[in-house]
Amino acid sequence: MKSLQELAAIRDKMRQVVNTRESSEDNIRIVVGMATCGIAAGARPILNAFTEEVARRNLNNVTVTQTGCIGVCQYEPVVEVHEAGKDKVTYVNVTVDRVAEIIGEHIVAGEPVSRYTIGAVR
Amino acid sequence: MQELSLNILDIAQNSIVANASVVDIEILINSKQKNLVVSIIDNGKGMSEETVKNVVDPFYTTRTTRKVGLGIPFFKMMAEATGGELSLESTLGAGTKISANFTLGHIDLIPLGDMASTICSLIQCNPDINFIYTVSENDETFTLNTKDLRVILGEVSFATAEVALFIREYIEENSNHIIQRSILTI
Repeated sequence: MKSLQELAAIRDKMRQVVNTRESSEDNIRIVVGMATCGIAAGARPILNAFTEEVARRNLNNVTVTQTGCIGVCQYEPVVEVHEAGKDKVTYVNVTVDRVAEIIGEHIVAGEPVSRYTIGAVR
Repeated sequence: MQELSLNILDIAQNSIVANASVVDIEILINSKQKNLVVSIIDNGKGMSEETVKNVVDPFYTTRTTRKVGLGIPFFKMMAEATGGELSLESTLGAGTKISANFTLGHIDLIPLGDMASTICSLIQCNPDINFIYTVSENDETFTLNTKDLRVILGEVSFATAEVALFIREYIEENSNHIIQRSILTI
């Protein structure tokens, strides 16, 4: 069974990562809409899936977080990718299956997956 | 929503919007009395008496992006469907306590669901809020206080993906048996 002492090992690993990174300007934020509309449409498993994929690929410059209602409730779950110096990309009707694709093509390779963005459904 | 844990995640968003610095989430199970009490207690900005009366109305909301607010009405409906009730106490400038009673074993009680994911999501997305999560059934209690984790983590954020995954597994392994046991024995 997991004990809190295992957290100390994760902390030590993360401290090393932070020290070896040159700058924080390459930070990417993945933001999941978590108001009533998002939660009811399945935002929580989407947040979990992004977190798992980010950890699995050791993407230490990526933070997965939440926001409230983005205002396009009919397209929930909605996920925004914020990257310094680039336009925000909004993904709609996100499913757990699409998470690995979005991470692989957009976050890692730098090419937004346009077929899943809000531009593709409007 | 198909799980109470999703309602709880939703209700806790209100505490975040209310700028709470401490959010207490309690699951109290009394198997003998067939009672489940879910409480969300915060030290946020609180609500006036007038607002407290309004928030159970689905057509009341403080938001500007849309015209309905379904979080608290959903939670109330889920409790009342099992013969329970919702109570809401709030003081402006001091905080809010929202509490729902459910009858265990009632046919209309939806599953509690994945509480570990709910708590982990809240901690990961709001790394500066102190969350206290308690699950209690008769004589066994599990408590997770992010203040204790903070001491171990130092400057490393709760928003770190690996930290979030650890917290989810830690909660699952140390508290799910309490919830499962009580639900199986009803």
